[in-house]
Amino acid sequence: MIVLEVAVFLLVAAGGTAVVLTRDPLDQAIVASFYGLILGIMFLVFQAPDVALSQITIGAVALPLMIVLALAKVRALGGGKGGEE
Amino acid sequence: MTPVLRRRLFLAAAVVVGALLLWGLSGLPDYGIYQGPYGDVLNAVAVSERHATNVVAAVAFDYRGIDTMGEEFILFAAVIGVAVLLRAQRDETEQPPDEDAADRRAPGTSNAVRVLGLALLGPTVLFGIYLVAHGHLSPGGGFSGGVLLATGALLVYLSGEYVTLRRVRPEVLLDVAAATGTAGFVAVGILGLAAGAAFLQNVLPLGQPGTLLSAGTIALINLAVAVEVAGGFVLLLSEFLEQTLVLRRPGEIT
Repeated sequence: MIVLEVAVFLLVAAGGTAVVLTRDPLDQAIVASFYGLILGIMFLVFQAPDVALSQITIGAVALPLMIVLALAKVRALGGGKGGEE
Repeated sequence: MTPVLRRRLFLAAAVVVGALLLWGLSGLPDYGIYQGPYGDVLNAVAVSERHATNVVAAVAFDYRGIDTMGEEFILFAAVIGVAVLLRAQRDETEQPPDEDAADRRAPGTSNAVRVLGLALLGPTVLFGIYLVAHGHLSPGGGFSGGVLLATGALLVYLSGEYVTLRRVRPEVLLDVAAATGTAGFVAVGILGLAAGAAFLQNVLPLGQPGTLLSAGTIALINLAVAVEVAGGFVLLLSEFLEQTLVLRRPGEIT
């Protein structure tokens, strides 16, 4: 079990770093969605299936969706074309 | 401030914060060691005192129910805030997307997504209801179940067209659901006062532990939270979708 716990910790660390290192907001929303999924797996490994379920729905679905929708609106209004650069 | 100076300032601050973090981490209990008395006490008494086999629910909706009520109001206030911010402005016009238009820039929904979304809709809603109904018995409860129920509305949007979702989510009903759920939590609290006990005290019959109708007010509060969370989340998502897909400012590219 301890191997699984260490593995999921490393995955979470890698996922969090990936979110920070992604610079384009649209890409970042997708990476953050994966990170939400990884966090859900972590909660499952640590025997909190109810928290895992909430985490997956909020972190992997609801939050990225809101970011993507907000980005779509901003782009439709003519701002934020092509991210930061 | 020059970039070099900024970097030096950051490095100095990072060293200080890092040292403090290491100091704090070294004082934590060892991995997997639980020191506090409360968890052990609750594990020992929750089932016999509250007849709820899910001790987490007993803690969240009974032992520290007033804290959870505060959290409910935070969520409610957040949803209201989003609804107010994303309301239709005076110069915005409604223009629902025509998904079959020939000159539409966005690609249409693929059949695989449509079929998968439809196939998942039933199980998702059923599992959500199960989680809410069994919140006091097994892991899950009002929040998880409510969020999952809200995902059902998202599946309708994904597997259909936005106009379909607009039909199945009457906005008034969502407002009412979010408000009723929050008010229901408080009503259960007042029930305790009406019975001559404390606010949010578990005054209902506790029933047989492990059965659906047990744990008194815990099951009731679970239901109220589920209604609030499901209504609030669908409201949140539809406000975002409405802003992005329907409401148009003058000069906006569709």
